[in-house]
Amino acid sequence: MATHALNPAASTYARGGLYEWLATTDHKKIGIMYVVNSMLFFLVGGVLALVVRTELATPGIQFLADERVYNEMFTMHATLMIFVFIIPMLAGLGNYAVPLQIGAPDMAFPRINALSFWMLPLAGILLISSFFTGGAAAAGWTSYPPLSGEGPLNSPGSGQDLWIVSLILIGTSSILGAINFLVTIFKMRAPGMTLFRMPIMVWTILVTSVLVLMATPVITSALVMLFIDRNLGGHFFDPFAGGSAVLYQNIFWFYSHPAVYVMVLPAMGVISEVLPVFSRKPLFGYRAFVFATAGIGALGFSVWAHHMFTTGAVFLPFFALLTFMIAIPTGVKMFNWVFTLFRGQLTFSTPLIFALGFLTMFLIGGINGAFSAAVPVDFALHDTYWVVAHLHYVLFGGSVFGVFAGIYYWFPKMTGRMLDEGLGKIQFVLMFVGFNLTFFPMHMLGLAGMPRRIADYAGDAGWNEWNIAATVGGFMIAASMLPFLWNVFISLRNGKVAGDDPWEGNTLEWATSSPPPPYNFDSLPEIRSERPLFDARHGQTAH
Amino acid sequence: MTADSHALTTAEHTPIAGLAHDARGGISNPILGMLLFLTSEVMFFAGLFAAYFNTRAANKPWPPTEFEHILNPFSLILVATVILVASSFTCQMAIWAIRRNDRRGFIRNIGVTFVLGVIFLLMQVYDYSLLFDEGMTLGSGQFGTTYYTLTGFHGAHVFGGVIMLGVVLYRGMSGQFSARHHDAVEAASLYWHFVDIVWILLFSILYFL
Repeated sequence: MATHALNPAASTYARGGLYEWLATTDHKKIGIMYVVNSMLFFLVGGVLALVVRTELATPGIQFLADERVYNEMFTMHATLMIFVFIIPMLAGLGNYAVPLQIGAPDMAFPRINALSFWMLPLAGILLISSFFTGGAAAAGWTSYPPLSGEGPLNSPGSGQDLWIVSLILIGTSSILGAINFLVTIFKMRAPGMTLFRMPIMVWTILVTSVLVLMATPVITSALVMLFIDRNLGGHFFDPFAGGSAVLYQNIFWFYSHPAVYVMVLPAMGVISEVLPVFSRKPLFGYRAFVFATAGIGALGFSVWAHHMFTTGAVFLPFFALLTFMIAIPTGVKMFNWVFTLFRGQLTFSTPLIFALGFLTMFLIGGINGAFSAAVPVDFALHDTYWVVAHLHYVLFGGSVFGVFAGIYYWFPKMTGRMLDEGLGKIQFVLMFVGFNLTFFPMHMLGLAGMPRRIADYAGDAGWNEWNIAATVGGFMIAASMLPFLWNVFISLRNGKVAGDDPWEGNTLEWATSSPPPPYNFDSLPEIRSERPLFDARHGQTAH
Repeated sequence: MTADSHALTTAEHTPIAGLAHDARGGISNPILGMLLFLTSEVMFFAGLFAAYFNTRAANKPWPPTEFEHILNPFSLILVATVILVASSFTCQMAIWAIRRNDRRGFIRNIGVTFVLGVIFLLMQVYDYSLLFDEGMTLGSGQFGTTYYTLTGFHGAHVFGGVIMLGVVLYRGMSGQFSARHHDAVEAASLYWHFVDIVWILLFSILYFL
């Protein structure tokens, strides 16, 4: 790395390796820790998913002690995947990428950034520790009262309380992170980096941060009320004392629907970085994409009750209409992506392949989501495996494929080494086939009426074959992690040296060394468009 | 959101020359950060208020007859309200003082604000003790649950604000603030005004509406 810093002492650390990682406030190291931490909990959550799938492979209780243990398994699977894997993973990629992409030396509040990160492993360990303190939370990741109440037949143990506390911790971490992102994006952009020259990844993180800032505190309020009901004798959600269980659902989904976009918008940002680079074209319709992202964010606050159609307590036409309207900005984005690829010079490197996985799988997730948005259809499909299929097509088929696109794309920047392409493609094939084998049959199961969140089912219900297929697919997804982990392991040791800009990228992170020095840049190219590096490579006459 | 973290954010402290950033102009990072934090706090209280209104609409009569006498606004609670509102004014006077580099006026006003905040908290504790004596607890139906939760979370925020004011007062007395350098004071005062506004809303809704 070139160093002509005025004060070299300020940019070097006199710290040992481990201490440096524990004490760092460098957004790149924190971003990498986010990614590694999230990946560890992804593996734990994945093991729980295998437990669920193994239990459901055939009718009858196979190996779990009883239904309650099964309830703990799927509850903790969803909680870990949503709150300790996918949201922090995307925040981690943002943490790494955003300051680099806007040409900033670090986040606006580096120490708060470290605080945001360190709350996450703590919360994750709290969650998992509940297995050893009399049973984990078992009321589903939504923890509706009265299921999550303190009564002996509901959720009497401390597991539910640990669940509440860790979710409040994770929420606080997210809120602090969102504030940090917003101040960084509004205040720390390099000269020339106007809002409409920001990379799409930065735009999606901006909108995501607004969603986190406005929605996460609301679930915090729901969680403290649930905690008060359980532990301090409150009656917010207790219908027998004049409270309302549906109130919890309203407040919960006021957060959790925007949270769905928190879980997918940054992944959309990742593939909007990857597709232009690997098709050697600018993103088709940059401004339309930005407005579509903002539109999804705004609509996200007005559709929460589509999760509650069957309660009979919500105004169905309003929420159905607005839910259908979400398809408009999402459709705009699909056009953006497809026409970015159209007539591009495609290079089928691993990041692009995972991005294409996102495009196709997220499309299915969008279509089966539109079915559930139709009120009469939803009344039939509510709480069946159709919903499980839908949410995995958007969250796994969408977000997780996007996450791996991002990891393959930025790994060379993070480490200075390329990941192996062959192993990456093996991982993709296993994951793509395994994913569809697991979750496509769930559409059929849902249509056949199989409810979600059950440990056992009748052998003559006609669900056996699809359940076997889903279980086989689940183990294929698990197997796809082996080439990935092996790939990371060997690439860190002997991977091809990446150089500053292995992909011929468009954005500023490729203008510095791999890995970048502390405070990121010695100098910046002129920023006259959303592709400053393309301009620098090809001259600025095009603009 | 201390001055130290601010030091890391401005471009002139980075070791690289020639990377001027927007951080110099406009609103400062800590103040923008505090405003965004307050946005999240508004949403937190919005969740609690939504629960309150939902509960209240579903439970008639409201307040329940046995607790009706508690909601007399012309009692000690009015004194507490006047004290908290007054503290917002003294807080703002402290801001105006430090903006014209009047450190003594700043310390005096922040000190008064701090004391007023502590008095408010003590009065809230006294109020709670009276209510407990009358047998009203968190478990006393919907009224007890919502009353203690809303006022309790507000009280917790006042407590946080008093700690902030204490830190600002301590740092002010050791001469760390000037007209040019007092982002922490501005941020703390924004928080204090927010706590005050929440109380005015809470007082109006609980006692008058």
